[in-house]
Amino acid sequence: MRKLFHFHGGIHPPSNKTQSTQTAITSAPLPTKLTIPFHQHAGETAKPVVKVGDHVLKGQLIGMPDGFVSSAVHASTSGTIAAIDMQLIAHPSGLPNLCATLIPDGKDEWVTLNPVDYRSHSVAELQQLLRMAGVVGLGGAAFPSDVKLRIGKQKIKTLILNGAECEPYITCDDMLMRERAAEIVQGAEILRFMLDADEVLYGVEDNKPEAIAALQQAITASKSAQQNKSHEVIAIPTIYPGGSAKQLIRVLTGLEVPSGKLPTDIGVQCFNVATAYTVHRALAHGEPLLSRVVTITGNVRKAQNYEVLIGVPINELVALSVALSDTNGYIMGGPMMGVPLHAMNAPGPAVQVPVVKATNCVIAASAKLFPPPQPALPCIRCTRCVEVCPADLQPQDLYWFAQSKEFGRAQAFSLFDCIECGACSYVCPSHIPLVQYYRFAKSEIRAREYDKLLADQARERHDYREHRIEREKREKAEKLAAKEKAAQAAKLAAQPLTPQQQTEQAELAARREHIREVAQSAVEHPEG
Amino acid sequence: MFFSPFISKPDSVAQIMLKVILALIPGIALYVWYFGPAILVSITLASITALATEAAMLKLRNRPIGPFLKDNSALLTAWLLALSIPPLAPWWLVVVGTAFAIAIAKQLYGGLGNNPFNPAMVGYAVLIISFPVHMTHWLAPQGLVLAELSFAQQLQYIFSGVLPPSLTLDAISMATPLDTLKTHLHLEESVQQILNMPIYGHLGGQGSEMVALGFLIGGLYLLASRIISWHIPVAYLGSLFIIAAIFHLVDPTHYVAPLFHLFSGAAILGAFFILTDPVSSPTTNKGRLIFAAGAAFLTYMIRVFGGFPDGVAFATLLMNISVPLIVLYTQPKVFGKKGKQS
Amino acid sequence: MLSALLVMAGIAIVLGAVLGYAAIKFRVEGNPLVDKIDAVLPQTQCGQCSYPGCKPYATAIAAGEADINRCPPGGEEGIQKLADLLGVDFKPFGGDTNAPKPKSVAIIDESTCIGCTLCIQACPVDAIVGAAKQMHTVIASECTGCELCIAPCPVDCIVMLPIEEKISNWKWKYPVYTLNAVETDRAAEAALQRTNGRAPG
Ligand code: SF4
Ligand code: SF4
Ligand code: SF4
Ligand code: SF4
Repeated sequence: MRKLFHFHGGIHPPSNKTQSTQTAITSAPLPTKLTIPFHQHAGETAKPVVKVGDHVLKGQLIGMPDGFVSSAVHASTSGTIAAIDMQLIAHPSGLPNLCATLIPDGKDEWVTLNPVDYRSHSVAELQQLLRMAGVVGLGGAAFPSDVKLRIGKQKIKTLILNGAECEPYITCDDMLMRERAAEIVQGAEILRFMLDADEVLYGVEDNKPEAIAALQQAITASKSAQQNKSHEVIAIPTIYPGGSAKQLIRVLTGLEVPSGKLPTDIGVQCFNVATAYTVHRALAHGEPLLSRVVTITGNVRKAQNYEVLIGVPINELVALSVALSDTNGYIMGGPMMGVPLHAMNAPGPAVQVPVVKATNCVIAASAKLFPPPQPALPCIRCTRCVEVCPADLQPQDLYWFAQSKEFGRAQAFSLFDCIECGACSYVCPSHIPLVQYYRFAKSEIRAREYDKLLADQARERHDYREHRIEREKREKAEKLAAKEKAAQAAKLAAQPLTPQQQTEQAELAARREHIREVAQSAVEHPEG
Repeated sequence: MFFSPFISKPDSVAQIMLKVILALIPGIALYVWYFGPAILVSITLASITALATEAAMLKLRNRPIGPFLKDNSALLTAWLLALSIPPLAPWWLVVVGTAFAIAIAKQLYGGLGNNPFNPAMVGYAVLIISFPVHMTHWLAPQGLVLAELSFAQQLQYIFSGVLPPSLTLDAISMATPLDTLKTHLHLEESVQQILNMPIYGHLGGQGSEMVALGFLIGGLYLLASRIISWHIPVAYLGSLFIIAAIFHLVDPTHYVAPLFHLFSGAAILGAFFILTDPVSSPTTNKGRLIFAAGAAFLTYMIRVFGGFPDGVAFATLLMNISVPLIVLYTQPKVFGKKGKQS
Repeated sequence: MLSALLVMAGIAIVLGAVLGYAAIKFRVEGNPLVDKIDAVLPQTQCGQCSYPGCKPYATAIAAGEADINRCPPGGEEGIQKLADLLGVDFKPFGGDTNAPKPKSVAIIDESTCIGCTLCIQACPVDAIVGAAKQMHTVIASECTGCELCIAPCPVDCIVMLPIEEKISNWKWKYPVYTLNAVETDRAAEAALQRTNGRAPG
């Protein structure tokens, strides 16, 4: 038995997972329209490489990765690009972003696929393949996987496969592990190969015994994994947020990722189990990331997991599970960290945002399941938030600094080590929306740092300009002086002058004087 | 529009405060058993005053009244203060103390969550400084005084200050066991002689030791239900015991045994109910240990060398002042960081 | 009584001496004050403060010749920062300074531009590129929004466009305290306007 470690704090919210694990994963039918955002991953938006009116095939590249941290975007089915414009996406701001609208032709016709054997390719080639296959982390952050595999010279000892799935309601990883464990293990072996890691640990919360058994079986059955004897499934205690990468690493290895550093700095890398599955599909089958498993649950008649194409409007998706009549909104993600899709308890139609690569779950909300928050009272410093904070912070102090906009002190008290897990808000007896304050403070601080950067650049450019003008002025003056000298000399040499010459000379001098004046005023008072 | 998390624990400030109030009940029941029901009168008076003052102040400060009145924090302050005032004290004493605690010590500092001092202890301190005589006439446990008042007579005395003819105040009341100990030590009597007096029981004062036991039971309930953490009560009682033990070992004729200190005065009440007030105590566990140990030291010093009958209130207030400093220097290690923060 | 007075006086003398020593020991040397002031100015270089740029204004403040409430791009928060830095009281904007505006960038209508280069000479941060007789463009990321290029343009082809809210620059709003929603809504809004210089969306 492996020795497990634990992290400070954590909570045990009602898990509400069994509703959606009764039925196997089903493929959702083709919708009438797909909306595919070009920015589904952390980093730079992909550049559109198709035009409106183009006919595309399933798996055809429509967005080219643009920048180091970026990923490709593909057509999820064959059809026609009807529009490339700003569409609403699932984002707390409610602002639109660049999307391609794809009208399926119903044929679901694939591009030619190029499966590869990962053993016959260099790691760099594999990274490029994953980048062009649009493989990103499917746990929620959607960080491009190829970037996480570019580790430089660091030695990776442990590769962690994150199957903890600690948030309530979400079961997509659980079902994927139960049904497609073999492919997950093969994907994990590819990742292990690329990282040259010594061991592969699958961290799965002990409330998913079926998933643990399936993985164990798949490891025993898999030839390559068995050869390496390095894959091990570990049941970890069920506690939220045990699936957060840093906390999971701590539980499995006892190591803490240093503040502001990456797991690779301590020789660990962490991928979601669904990402491993996708890596396997992308290389062994040549399929880019076109679909994912999404849990539809909450206030629906039949909670279930679906295999859904990227770009399917979530209202069409929820309709498959039949939302109950008192549904008043949707949450994309779990109840602890998810994004609300429209004002809950406010009238109006549900926003028709599409499923993206980061969508692991859609919860239909009702006032009964998610009652509106109670009015907040002042903090009574009861430190229940301290007791549950997995980052060992003092949430009540951070709250105090954030609400009084003392951003400097908030930073000094490690605001940026907060993982926004929401455990503190969950337990606060004063019902203070603590995480909201942290989000506000963080984005305010980031904006200020950016402003500061711009101001510094402006100062530099301004200083340079002053310097340049100064120099030009000086050079001009020097040139003029030199010319005058030459003229004087010429005058002396050409003695005596005719009166006509003299007038010409005088005129020239006057003109020069004028030019000098104009030049001076032009540089000194550019605005005229 | 509201944002994640969308779920929360069904817990509220009002519930927490209510549980603390409920935890006082065993102690109060024993109080009534040993000293008669007069204490219930002061608790009622204090509660009414507290709610009325709170409502008035909230109105003056232009804050919503409903949610704050319902948070039970004013009630808790009232009960704690009432328990620190002699039950036979005139009605206006309770009213003035409670009103001061709520209006000045709590609301003027910003109300719930913002008071740096424990309001009940501020109220107590003001009363004992302003009305020292009234604050030292305690009820004697049953069977120990010359004459006993019926409940009606007690009521009459509380509200009109009139005693039944032929009785003097001294005949019906007495000083607290701690006070008596101090007075007699000044008279050059030894601890052993003094403790033979009838007002002393097994651990502390006759009767009052049982009340303290009652509060201990309530305190254990608070610990068990995780309303308070163990740090403050354990550090406070532990330190008080150790300090008292050191003095007692050095000179047993002048310094009473440590258990006596734990079970007399407001030590138990303070350890579980007063020092643990979340608003005015440190938020770090290490800080709590320091805070409670400091309070224990001060309590002992005031009790033994100071001029006041008990030291819990002043020790609490003095330590309240140092809370921000204690918290600043006891910040725990943050996940992924080496040293302490800031 | 006498001894108490003496003790008090003694403490006062000791503390006074410590303070005096500290003042000498930790006095700021040189003139980093100008740089420190310059560091909190927004560097828009717009001249609305009536000085030809941020640095001259900083110099004037350091010399005690200028008030701290003359920089509209810095907003009230900028005044607050200056007040904190200099240890003086906050001062609202005076009557003769322009009201703070939302941050904007200049856009040149490239079809109208005649390539006169006048705006290039006006731009304090060299944010406009172009050559004589060719159309010019503003490098939006370098533009500080100073508006100095508007006036010189002979064909009025430059406009200021407020920076619009996009997902990439979107900020979380101050959480609205629901306890007394009406009152604090307004407070939060006011606070937001102060920090963002624009109405909350
Ligand atoms: S849980 Fe809420 S009330 Fe308690 S200390 Fe934390 S923020 Fe304050
Ligand atoms: S949201 Fe941040 S402060 Fe709150 S518990 Fe999670 S990590 Fe701690
Ligand atoms: S008004 Fe303009 S020039 Fe003056 S300090 Fe502010 S930004 Fe700089
Ligand atoms: S482009 Fe115009 S508005 Fe922008 S910084 Fe230059 S002169 Fe100022």
